[in-house]
Amino acid sequence: MEQFFFWSLAVGLMAAATAVVTLRNPVTNAVCLVVALVLQAALFVTLEATFLAAVQVIVYAGAVMVLFLFVIMLLDVKAEARRPVPWPKVAAVVAGLAVVIAGVPKLVAAFPAAREPLRWSDGTTPFGAKELGTLLFTSYAPLFLATGVLLLVATIGVVVLCRRDPGT
Amino acid sequence: MMFGEITLGHYLALSGLLFLVGLVGVLLRRSLLIVMMSLELLLNAANLALVAAARFQKIPDPQVAVFFVITVAAAEVAVGLAILVAIFRLKKTTSAEDFATLKF
Repeated sequence: MEQFFFWSLAVGLMAAATAVVTLRNPVTNAVCLVVALVLQAALFVTLEATFLAAVQVIVYAGAVMVLFLFVIMLLDVKAEARRPVPWPKVAAVVAGLAVVIAGVPKLVAAFPAAREPLRWSDGTTPFGAKELGTLLFTSYAPLFLATGVLLLVATIGVVVLCRRDPGT
Repeated sequence: MMFGEITLGHYLALSGLLFLVGLVGVLLRRSLLIVMMSLELLLNAANLALVAAARFQKIPDPQVAVFFVITVAAAEVAVGLAILVAIFRLKKTTSAEDFATLKF
């Protein structure tokens, strides 16, 4: 069971990620990115991190991707698709990736701690929203407040950046 | 061993490969939109490694880190896309090749 879910999700995730990087039409790329993010949320579930899987789908596949699609529609990106493909560069990258991928099993085998097998428990998640929330509001409370400030600054910054100058 | 039981190594290898694919996108693509999508892939690869570590070491702290990574990524996308829109208004293009003013 663990094997079936891991391999199907992993192959799907890599295919979607490759599509994001290689395809030419930005809308297709964005849709492939949504697929990749949802598959990764499913991988989070196989790691028994159900709360983070929900956050991943809501924040990434929801909010961030809507932002991306909105900007794609705002800009005229059709002109981008007509540039020629740099084939020598692509061939070099594929060859380099193939060498790296061939070395990955050996690299993983070199670490004894990485051989621990995954066995699902009886449906009880080790850390749910309760544990994460407690941790977030106790030991990580300063970071949590800093994140709030970051989001506020980012929001104001975006408004300032995109405002048309009334003087011109 | 590779196709036997799923181990922590499997998840770390998947995370590494995802990071490589994203890195190729950041380095090779010229459209800034695609570069930003590849950046999202990089952040997600790091998230996957963190969640796998939390599950196998049985500690919740990496999951909190993922929480913060997702928040920072959302802020990064918002500011990045705002800069992209501002640049597009100025130059009518989103290709990285056309922004070479600081090159010498």
